[in-house]
Amino acid sequence: MREWLQNVWEGFFTVLVGMRITWRHLFTKSVTLQYPSEKWPLPPRTRMRLFMKYEDCIGCGQCVRACPVSCISMETEKRPSDAKPIWASTGHAIKLDVTAFDIDMSLCCYCNLCVYPCPTFCIYMTPDYEFATRDLTEHLYRFAKPDAVFLTENPKKKPEADPKPGASPAGASGT
Amino acid sequence: MEATYAILVRWFPEVAGWPAWAIAVLSAALPALACFTFVSLGPIVYVYAERKISAFMQDRLGPMRVGPYGVLQTIADTIKLLFKEAVFPRGVDRKLFVVAPLLVNVGAFLPFVVIPWGARLQPADLNVGIFYVSAISAISTVGLIMAGWASNNKYALFGAMRSAAQIVSYEIPSLLIILVPVMIVGSLSLQDLVLAQQGGLSRWFLFRYFPLMPVAFVCFFVAALAETNRAPFDIPEAESELVAGFHTEYSGFFFSLFFLAEYTEMFVVSAVASVLFLGGYLAPHPWLQQLGPLPLGWFWLWFKAWALVFVMMWLRWTVPRARVDQLMYIAWKVLLPISLGLVLVVGALVLGPSTANGFSWDRWVGWPLTLLVVGFLFTVMVRALLWNRSRGRDLGASGSPSPVQVWR
Repeated sequence: MREWLQNVWEGFFTVLVGMRITWRHLFTKSVTLQYPSEKWPLPPRTRMRLFMKYEDCIGCGQCVRACPVSCISMETEKRPSDAKPIWASTGHAIKLDVTAFDIDMSLCCYCNLCVYPCPTFCIYMTPDYEFATRDLTEHLYRFAKPDAVFLTENPKKKPEADPKPGASPAGASGT
Repeated sequence: MEATYAILVRWFPEVAGWPAWAIAVLSAALPALACFTFVSLGPIVYVYAERKISAFMQDRLGPMRVGPYGVLQTIADTIKLLFKEAVFPRGVDRKLFVVAPLLVNVGAFLPFVVIPWGARLQPADLNVGIFYVSAISAISTVGLIMAGWASNNKYALFGAMRSAAQIVSYEIPSLLIILVPVMIVGSLSLQDLVLAQQGGLSRWFLFRYFPLMPVAFVCFFVAALAETNRAPFDIPEAESELVAGFHTEYSGFFFSLFFLAEYTEMFVVSAVASVLFLGGYLAPHPWLQQLGPLPLGWFWLWFKAWALVFVMMWLRWTVPRARVDQLMYIAWKVLLPISLGLVLVVGALVLGPSTANGFSWDRWVGWPLTLLVVGFLFTVMVRALLWNRSRGRDLGASGSPSPVQVWR
């Protein structure tokens, strides 16, 4: 009898204890983040979707070689000798026409290794992570633009210095 | 029906001239229609409330996207369910398969016939009201077994068998406890049961015969919970054991019928519990019974039933599901002895010295005990509060690592 009473009382009392806990949680602030309208702040240097600034690419191909999963593919052509001299914004002369620069983001492993060797800092990872698509082939980003506008003057050339360091490729093609 | 007829004639005097059959049909159909609308639209609110309450109890937000704060979520879900294809798997008994959810709904809907929303606001005041309620709501068991059998699925059959065992077990204590207020009143009519509790909060059956009736109420509530197949007694549809129990094979419209029945039963059971113990449509104080010319009876019954429905949801998201043997233990070894004892003791008190020679349990035993218990609870609460506060201050002052907490 004693055991039975204890049992019944314990069953009843523990349910009340549980109800007290849930009652308290009824009024605590919820932890839900209303995702599309609210977002977590991303940490600095977050590595998400790759981006490549086509106007700055000199076609050196170091990112292609650095990629451990071969998700970058690049095709270059030697720039015709009679073409206008163009520069990247870092002052590197662009001697190769990049005819194709494709990054397959479905292969990318977000390791950031392609970013380090780039001499012109034109390839980098953006904090944009919302690029889900219905079709996997849409993850192949083509960065080569036929209508890109390049710098026709060396942005790093000092105005009064002698035209030796930056102007040499232009001088070669000028003749 | 007589009340409906009286109201009809008062508002539309020309109705009195109509043929008798038309009056009979009209005065029966109007309350039926009102009940039906109330019953079938109710679950839209209950399901939304349940989803919100469960979400808040788990520190979530619940539905937020459809409409402001997700209020249209259930409507969207209902429309989706209604437009879905009702799949009849190979091997089901089609007739029983269709009839079963309807039968479950019959058991859930028909008790509304006798639920009193006011002194005259009651579809029919049967003199066997509470008996009728328990008899009719037992029909839904047949529906559940039918559903399990017709599904031709072992999990569905398991669920049906479990629900039969459970409902049959819990009918006994719940009926015995229904007897307790019935003995006090001496009538089975729900209207009489309510009217016997007139005179404010202290006259409600919940607070009569102090330690006895609260126990009776808790036992009735537990039994009712089990009869509606709600958690923690939802083993007939235990999703971690039986897929979905008796409605495993149901989809679309027929599945939504089961849903409707479950939530309607919740409301019915809560309404009956509030009629039996919480004064039905009576206000906590007679002053609150009317708001000017507007009688508030319907509001009070609705409010009490809703409070109990809330407790059901609260329990569902608090307590884990009971095992089958625990379920039977609770029914046969806990509720049944308690309810039998209550019937005996309250019966003796009703017959015995209560009013005969100036002795009144409520005056001489109930009040002191109430004061004692309330005082005890109050001191416990105050001590817990003080203890919590002092512990917080100590921690803040010394910055020592927190002690092991038993529960928070």
